[in-house]
Amino acid sequence: MKVKLKVWRQKNREQKGGFKIYETPDLNGDMSFLEMLDVVNENLTNSGSEPVAFDHDCREGICGTCSLVIDGKPHGPHQGVATCQTYMRSFKDGDVITVEPYRADPFPVIKDLVVDRKPLDRIMQAGGFISVRTGSAPDANSLPVAKETAELAMDAAACIGCGACVAACKNASAMLFVSAKTGQLNLLPQGQPEKDARVLSMVAAMDEAGFGNCTNQYECSAVCPKLISHDFISKLNRDFVAANLRRTFKSQPSTLIG
Amino acid sequence: MNLDSKIPSGPITTKWDRHLIESKLVSANNKRKYEIIVVGAGLAGSSAAATFGELGYRVKSFVFHDSPRRAHSIAAQGGINAAKNYQNDGDSVYRLFYDTVKGGDFRSREANVYRLAQVSGNIIDQCVAQGVPFGREYGGLLANRSFGGAQVSRTFYARGQTGQQLLLGAYSALSRQIALGSVEMHTHSEMLDLVVIDGHAKGIVVRNLESGELSLHSADAVVLATGGYGNVFNLSTYARGSNATAAWRAYKKGACFANPCYTQIHPTCIPVSGDYQSKLTLMSESLRNDGRIWVPKKVGDTRAPGDIPEDERDYYLERMYPAFGNLAPRDISSRAAKRVCDEGRGVGETGLGVYLDFADAINRLGEGTIRERYGNLFDIYKEITDEDAYTVPMRIFPAVHYTMGGLWVDYNLMSNLPGLFVLGEANFSDHGANRLGASALMQGLADGYFVIPYTIANYLAEIRSPHPGTDHEAFREAEESVSARTRRLLDNKGSRSTDSFHKELGVIMWQYCGMARNKEGLEKALQLIPELREEFWNEVNVPGSGQEFNQSLERAGRIADFLELAELMCRDALAREESCGGHFREEHQTEDGEALRNDEGFSFVSAWRHLGDEKEPDLVREDLVYEEIKMATRSYK
Repeated sequence: MKVKLKVWRQKNREQKGGFKIYETPDLNGDMSFLEMLDVVNENLTNSGSEPVAFDHDCREGICGTCSLVIDGKPHGPHQGVATCQTYMRSFKDGDVITVEPYRADPFPVIKDLVVDRKPLDRIMQAGGFISVRTGSAPDANSLPVAKETAELAMDAAACIGCGACVAACKNASAMLFVSAKTGQLNLLPQGQPEKDARVLSMVAAMDEAGFGNCTNQYECSAVCPKLISHDFISKLNRDFVAANLRRTFKSQPSTLIG
Repeated sequence: MNLDSKIPSGPITTKWDRHLIESKLVSANNKRKYEIIVVGAGLAGSSAAATFGELGYRVKSFVFHDSPRRAHSIAAQGGINAAKNYQNDGDSVYRLFYDTVKGGDFRSREANVYRLAQVSGNIIDQCVAQGVPFGREYGGLLANRSFGGAQVSRTFYARGQTGQQLLLGAYSALSRQIALGSVEMHTHSEMLDLVVIDGHAKGIVVRNLESGELSLHSADAVVLATGGYGNVFNLSTYARGSNATAAWRAYKKGACFANPCYTQIHPTCIPVSGDYQSKLTLMSESLRNDGRIWVPKKVGDTRAPGDIPEDERDYYLERMYPAFGNLAPRDISSRAAKRVCDEGRGVGETGLGVYLDFADAINRLGEGTIRERYGNLFDIYKEITDEDAYTVPMRIFPAVHYTMGGLWVDYNLMSNLPGLFVLGEANFSDHGANRLGASALMQGLADGYFVIPYTIANYLAEIRSPHPGTDHEAFREAEESVSARTRRLLDNKGSRSTDSFHKELGVIMWQYCGMARNKEGLEKALQLIPELREEFWNEVNVPGSGQEFNQSLERAGRIADFLELAELMCRDALAREESCGGHFREEHQTEDGEALRNDEGFSFVSAWRHLGDEKEPDLVREDLVYEEIKMATRSYK
């Protein structure tokens, strides 16, 4: 099979980009989408052009490095599958495939299909953790966690931080990303002491980084390669309201005021 | 040159405790005077950087990825070992120690392995406290599964994503320190050289991958946690970006490289399907808990697996190693697969594959249980092969997965270059000639959370004056040599792409320095590799410039280093005239084809020292002294 690629090329952050059309050589349906790009890049290199920059690393759907919007969908045609695990058998001979970078204000293009996702790290730094100093932990079995709770926390923890949820959202909201982390940690008994502070500071960091609000369209969970449920967004909203109420009305110890 | 392993004296059970008591301390007030550079942000690097930050050191962390959450530790599927004995099945620190030493085919350092087993339990405590959602039983307590090379259940897991969850735990601890200002994070930053002043590691040269700008960073100590070098084979289960450049630059600045020929070939990976292939995907070893491995008894049997009756199947691991069966260690299982395929009994189009069959387990436990245990792995298999492993057996074949060799370190995890520390897969010490499953995560986190935070003080406390600044001559020289190399790559404008060299190197290495090696083949490789390297420097074509985001340039630098490292691997494999663990020399095998060790001649660590590009490296030996465990022929029968 052969396909035609309509690929976004952009030299750097400053310059404007545009689409270029490339025809692929003969492909094999068992090639991954990224292997197809490798082949196109090899040809570009050998013909004296610059290859297309794209993000990738583990190529097994877990590191969250790969991105791409393929025919308008972050991570391509399949539900619950990252770009790196999309195979050419999903396309037909002669298809024209549009390949773009994530389009979201908080994710500026670095080059071609590579975008800057550092704002997601900054949200995590604001509260995506349980404060536990190395060496200070009690025995692991001293705190039983119901299997159901642990499994639900794992559902949320499966987030790979790829940012597809942001790219799919018309508001460029990072609510699914944030709610996956707060969902995981707030469900677990270990996460209770910092629950309110975590939610408030992560949401504030999300707003500060320029991500938009959630308007309940759930485009995010539809494209999530790990199928993180938008139920976690509802949980985040509840946790956020409760944390705000408590912050307003609950008495604070004098040492923490001010 | 003499390598002092600095193993503490006394009984093995008290060495670490005694070492802690005898170790130097840096007082709380003084810690902030010391700067530490950590390169790499996988399990070992992130856990070390976070812990240094918590302790009060000033830390600079560098990673070539766009975020410290991407390193390939994230892809580890099956689990992490710890001697908790939560299953009450007879596990103990000693047993984990014993299994790991035996699994490593008696080529690891006893004292390091014992310490690893000792701190294994603390790792699980730490990770649970961080919120790592390990698998649990209905009563709420932690669950375990079995892994290769052990007869107890000591592997903790988070579905098939254990590495991801542990790395995100370490990333969360690191994120907290970044927010507190104790760790300065540099992403998209690749270390391209080590700066050595008066014999001590005092800084690094870094390229910003977005702008191409070089920057210089000085510190009191440099910690490398930059992973393994399996991508020398091109096709491997490693991430495409995994590389040996940081470690190789350190080698060329004087750090010894130990046991480079010890590579792990993982038995259960999805077979190669075509020459466009960029990587091989692992199917977790945990599948061997319930899957049975077999090939047809008859040579050239092309019937569909379902049409082959039970008595015409050879469950060869169960037959050859009845005590461990399908859970025989990785090196042994891989070689057994190679053997049956060499006999012409391999399956699939290429004949390079064996079946991993779940039919019995599904009959016994029901499809629901198998789906719960391994659902995501079956999904991955389906995505890649378009086959449903619930109804037809998986086809698997061995692939390069891990490198036991790495930079030489002493008991403090310090290399022979004072001030240079090496953690995780990048060092050599704990896995000997073969690593057991679920031990890489254990070692990465042991090194980062529970070893280096203590042992680094032994070096720092001896420092009497502030470290040199980046205006020192040595920094300028290192920067100039990095720039010159980059210019040479870019100005070459040859006729061949970087990737074409990588593929060619991979074929040479797999053929001559892969699952089985012999003198003739290794000598051939030692002739081919320098030729290929010469062609690389004459013919490579690297598009673009150095002052921009340039992935071709990044890869070219890494492949150039692989082209040198590959030669050292073959040299080491040739010098080691024995078979042990992952290193199988065809000349040295028993009558039934098992590895034949030569303890009298080769119970030592081969540490190679660079003496200059035009000279052969020097082999320095560290003798392995087994005080506790008697060396024995490894048997899993």
